[in-house]
Amino acid sequence: MKKTPPVVGAGVTRPSDDKLVQMYREMVLCRALDERVWMLNRQGKAAIVASAQGHEAAQIGSVQALQVGKDHFYIYYRDLAVLISLGLTPTEIMLGFTAKAGEPLAGARQFPTHGASKTLNLVNLSNVVGTQIPQAVGSALASKMRGEDAVTIVYFGDGASSVGDCHEAMNFAAIHKLPVIFLCENNGYAISVPLSKQMAVDGIVSRADGYGIPGVVVDGTDIMAVYEATSEAATRARDGRGPTIVETMVERYLPHTSDDDDSLYREQEDLEEARKRDPVRILQEQLIGAGLLPGDTDSVIRNEAKRVINEATDYVDAAPYPEATDFLDHVYS
Amino acid sequence: MTVQTVIEAVRDGMQEEMRRDQSVFIMGEDIGARGGVFLATDGFVGEFGEDRVIDTPLAESSIAGIALGAAMNGMRPIAEIEFADFIWPTVNQIVGEAARARYGTLGQMCVPMVLRAPQGGGVRGGLYHSQSVEAIFAHTPGLKVVTPSTPYDAKGLLKSAIRDDDPVVFLEYKRTYRLVRGEVPDEEYTVPLGVADVKLPGDDITVITYGLMVHHCIEAARIIGNEGVSVEVIDLRTIRPLDNDVILASVEKTGKVLIVHEDTKLLGVGGEVSAIIAEHAFDYLDAPIVRLAGPEIPAMPFSPTLEAAFLIDTEKVSAAIRNLARY
Repeated sequence: MKKTPPVVGAGVTRPSDDKLVQMYREMVLCRALDERVWMLNRQGKAAIVASAQGHEAAQIGSVQALQVGKDHFYIYYRDLAVLISLGLTPTEIMLGFTAKAGEPLAGARQFPTHGASKTLNLVNLSNVVGTQIPQAVGSALASKMRGEDAVTIVYFGDGASSVGDCHEAMNFAAIHKLPVIFLCENNGYAISVPLSKQMAVDGIVSRADGYGIPGVVVDGTDIMAVYEATSEAATRARDGRGPTIVETMVERYLPHTSDDDDSLYREQEDLEEARKRDPVRILQEQLIGAGLLPGDTDSVIRNEAKRVINEATDYVDAAPYPEATDFLDHVYS
Repeated sequence: MTVQTVIEAVRDGMQEEMRRDQSVFIMGEDIGARGGVFLATDGFVGEFGEDRVIDTPLAESSIAGIALGAAMNGMRPIAEIEFADFIWPTVNQIVGEAARARYGTLGQMCVPMVLRAPQGGGVRGGLYHSQSVEAIFAHTPGLKVVTPSTPYDAKGLLKSAIRDDDPVVFLEYKRTYRLVRGEVPDEEYTVPLGVADVKLPGDDITVITYGLMVHHCIEAARIIGNEGVSVEVIDLRTIRPLDNDVILASVEKTGKVLIVHEDTKLLGVGGEVSAIIAEHAFDYLDAPIVRLAGPEIPAMPFSPTLEAAFLIDTEKVSAAIRNLARY
């Protein structure tokens, strides 16, 4: 499929150099984690993996444009890099993939990355696509009712944009000018169904007019573009000017999940084209070009990521599964 | 004490909770200027403003989903579904999400929301304005399901539901809204969830019921009482959690059980109550458990003769009690 080129707004907010390097560090770490958990799946140690490879810039760029601890994050199953950028450690995340004791979001009751973190205002209740969108709007409604200037961002794929809840939620948020950002990670596939069979247009942003809200399409492999678009949407939300659709055009490098076989529906050339838009490499080149990765900085970052991921792997390998003694708890208050 | 209708008690219950707690708000269709199609929120916009009494688009799934999100972010929403027949789009958000939020986050998220809906027949509502939906929700761990029958219970249970930290599906019998009157204390009170109520004490037969049927059962029990059979009427009030103690204590006393509900019989609440009795009080039974419930047709038909044929009334309950008494 064809990707829409980046269309960035006024670009008033650019990340600082330090922040850019930090985002690169997170991106490298997330990619290493992603590759490792896929490997763990093939080794039979992780029952299910949904890879974020190709989505990292959209996820990290948007998180870094917001205020962690104050803003609310409603994510979906492919948002591994959101977790990294929010500050979860690879060990904590890997405990989820291996369903081991001590997993912080759901006590390993849920699929990896699912559950919640009260301290991070992070919610990922469900595997049911699209359900998080009205929930996020409700979160934004609560913030507005209490007069807080917190923003809620909700992540979803192009697949979820077809669910009725997506329409209902966007419409309600628009009516009430709620402080919410609809961040679509459009990778062109709902499992196997290409965008052309999901909608008759190139993306979801054209719906914004129908709701009377702003919408912007950005190159989701360009972390600065995502950062800027999210910053502007957040400013608008905090100013009481309501929701924004930020559609990030990204690539999905791997099958839908570790249980999928994308060779059944995806051409090799399509994948090769996709791999040319690798957000990690793109940021690496941008940083090197800007002189922000001097000397052996890049290899230090990569080696450090590898070390952390190896340590996390060792830790979760040794960690026990949760005892079934308290699996009946937390049904009611 | 003041004599009120059920709808007045529902309205007062919400109004009092909205006055005492700023985090309580209401959202639903036609609840603003219209005051709700049954006037449950009559005058609320004037007192609480449009920010806390939110007229929503016709979009039930998001009414539930937005309420859920607001509840997880510290509010206590009351989401109104205009008729229980329109509740099915909320199942994804209520059964799939709200009920699992606490469990699926290891207790980090709680969902202090109420999903209110008028249900049941007897108002010429036909297939799409008469349905009973309690069994669907009651099958879901993580939800609480409440079915009040009187003004006193409706107000007290609704206040408890609003204060509860778990999602509560609160199903009001629209037929009772203006038909049933009763005394309601002027002072503050609540009725705890999960506690059944002996509406009429008796020794020979236990009738277990809830909602509109409570009134038919009480009437029938009084008629049968004049025939020399002492009937105890238990109002479950809360379908989930069920109050096993009150059920079993009565069964152990009488040994004969009739279960009555307006909803259809197969896999309904009566089946579960029967099973609880069979598991825990089999030795006390002097007769097979009898269920009197709606017929196995998908919903209540419109024409008055057909509607009457569907509905259980005092005569049908009386006949069932007499049969059981003769066993």
